Amino acid sequence: MSQDFPFIDKIPLARYIDQGLDWLTFQFAFITRAISTVLGNGVDLVVHLLTYPPPWLVIAGFTALAWYLAGRRVGIGTAAGLLFLWNLQLWVATMETLTLVLFATTVTICIALPIGILGGLSERFHRAIMPILDFMQTMPAFVYLIPAIPFFGLGQVSAMFATVIFSMPPAIRLTTLGIRQVPQELVEAADAFGATRRQKLIMVQLPLAVPTIMAGINQTIMLALSMVVIAAMIGAGGLGGEVWRAIQRLQPGDGFEAGIAIVIVAMILDRVTQHIGRKHKPNP
Amino acid sequence: MPKIRIENLTKIFGEPAEPALELLEQGLDRKEILKRTGLTLGIADVSFDVEQGEIVVVMGLSGCGKSTLIRCINRLIEPTTGCVEIDGQDIARLDAESVLKLRRSKFGMVFQNFALFPHRTILENVAFGLEVRNMDPAERDNRANESLRQVGLEGWEQAYPAQLSGGMQQRVGLARALAVDPDILLMDEAFSALDPLIRRDMQHELIELQSQVKKTIVFITHDLDEALKLGDRIVLMKDGYVVQVGTPEEILASPANRYVERFVEDVDKSQVLTAGTVMRDAGAVGFRHDGPRTLLHRMEKLSYSSLLVLNRDNTLAGYVLAEDAAAAIRRGDQDINDILKTDGPRVGPDEPLTGLINLLADTRIPVAVISESGRLLGTVVKSNVLSALADAKAGEHDTPTVPDESPEAPAA
Repeated sequence: MSQDFPFIDKIPLARYIDQGLDWLTFQFAFITRAISTVLGNGVDLVVHLLTYPPPWLVIAGFTALAWYLAGRRVGIGTAAGLLFLWNLQLWVATMETLTLVLFATTVTICIALPIGILGGLSERFHRAIMPILDFMQTMPAFVYLIPAIPFFGLGQVSAMFATVIFSMPPAIRLTTLGIRQVPQELVEAADAFGATRRQKLIMVQLPLAVPTIMAGINQTIMLALSMVVIAAMIGAGGLGGEVWRAIQRLQPGDGFEAGIAIVIVAMILDRVTQHIGRKHKPNP
Repeated sequence: MPKIRIENLTKIFGEPAEPALELLEQGLDRKEILKRTGLTLGIADVSFDVEQGEIVVVMGLSGCGKSTLIRCINRLIEPTTGCVEIDGQDIARLDAESVLKLRRSKFGMVFQNFALFPHRTILENVAFGLEVRNMDPAERDNRANESLRQVGLEGWEQAYPAQLSGGMQQRVGLARALAVDPDILLMDEAFSALDPLIRRDMQHELIELQSQVKKTIVFITHDLDEALKLGDRIVLMKDGYVVQVGTPEEILASPANRYVERFVEDVDKSQVLTAGTVMRDAGAVGFRHDGPRTLLHRMEKLSYSSLLVLNRDNTLAGYVLAEDAAAAIRRGDQDINDILKTDGPRVGPDEPLTGLINLLADTRIPVAVISESGRLLGTVVKSNVLSALADAKAGEHDTPTVPDESPEAPAA
């Protein structure tokens, strides 16, 4: 018995998508390749800056920053974690991963914040983007890698592209949520005093949404880190590359070393961003 | 020209409004309109004027449309038909830009749940309206500080709203509205979220403040006592319609219909209030072992004309008049045996207000409320009774908005 659908042939969805992507690649490759070059150089530059000085100096810098942003405990934890990574000889890989994640997160925030704010202010826009966000989040992240390569070439920028798409939805969602959950009476109070939409947004809605927005950014960073191994498959390097190599060679010890390194980076970034969100909560 | 003129103002929630308006023309009520069209009638055919410097209280039960009405005045809610004129200008015709300008220049608003910005300090909260106007920061802080001083909150500038009690938060709300020096104050159930004692204080303070600032005030409440106490005139609403407009006396003396009567009957119920519920903390007192100089000094400091005197066990010994204490000092008395009077009015906490009024009518000194064992529980002065008993006020006094003495100074 045939497994084929009766009456009509298979819809050539895959071919349509391929053709569409081919066309996009052909038309826009010069832009995407330019972006790729700029971002790729940027990432290389930052990695170089972070790995050029002796690791202890960079560790001291990160520790001071974490201490300043999130307090003594996080500062000490940061120092201990990074020293451990240095000892494991994963320093360069760690800096590559950190740079990649921070670049991807920055790009994500730049796109997600305005979209999230619009979603918070306009119900119609909110309803329009929701299905797109669901799509972005549930599509297996691997799939984004395939079209990324013709656009951006092999390497870090393709990995960033896939990471940005995969990690953007929570930032948008939580920004929207943050704006929407500002109590209606506060918005009304701002209106009653004649605040313009812009003043309302800057003086009332955004500040009150900061803790929620920070929670979204925190989620974004965590998702971005979860992408590093996948991104390593197209040559992004870093800690993901170490894991990927360990998988291919069946070396569980090396795999765990790199895995633990990822966890440490994740914990540092998580604690720091959480503290920034908490610091902005009203009513100290 | 009235400060605010409201004419045939109607608000239908929902679109399109026409079918509801038609049914309204036919005289159907809110329930029927909702059933037939699915649209909610907010307010229907409301007309009244507010004169410059007047306090108009809009009162009714929840859902009567009073909150909708006050929001139509500064167009937080768009009226469906009818007109609202501020200083002769129909605000329904203004474009969005002009509405913002109007709100900045003419209105201050105070909200039921304070609506303070939790992320801003008290000073920043009060300065909000000025910041919206892009006022120069130095001048802005000056004005905000001045406004905080007006409501008695100096020293709290750098605190956050969550650190303040409800009563203080609403003072901030009031200061925020006053800081922009508005012509019109819109107060939406401004005191309803406060507990009764604080609420009474705030009412008194509003009256006192109003005597200095002379704003035009539209005050929303569901509490008739509050309406009678604050209102130069009262607008009574029910189911979106205005039922009666009049001075407190008019409303009490000739209720327009059963609905108003029922409210007024509620006021009569307040006669079941007792001395124990209206009394205040006695404040400063003297003691039996004090000398005349001590007592007189205390009275002068508080500008009291008399002082209650307690025994060591806190039972009431009597009272001393300021002039008697002065005479005793001239005579060189060291104790108060000669000047202590014991004939002052004293009641138990269960004494009904009606009895208190008679006592208060012919005494200069506060009525002492004492327990069975003779301990002083508190005192009652005229204004306490007046604030609790609107009925007595309407019967005996010309205007309920001016209490004849400040609540803090018994027997001034």
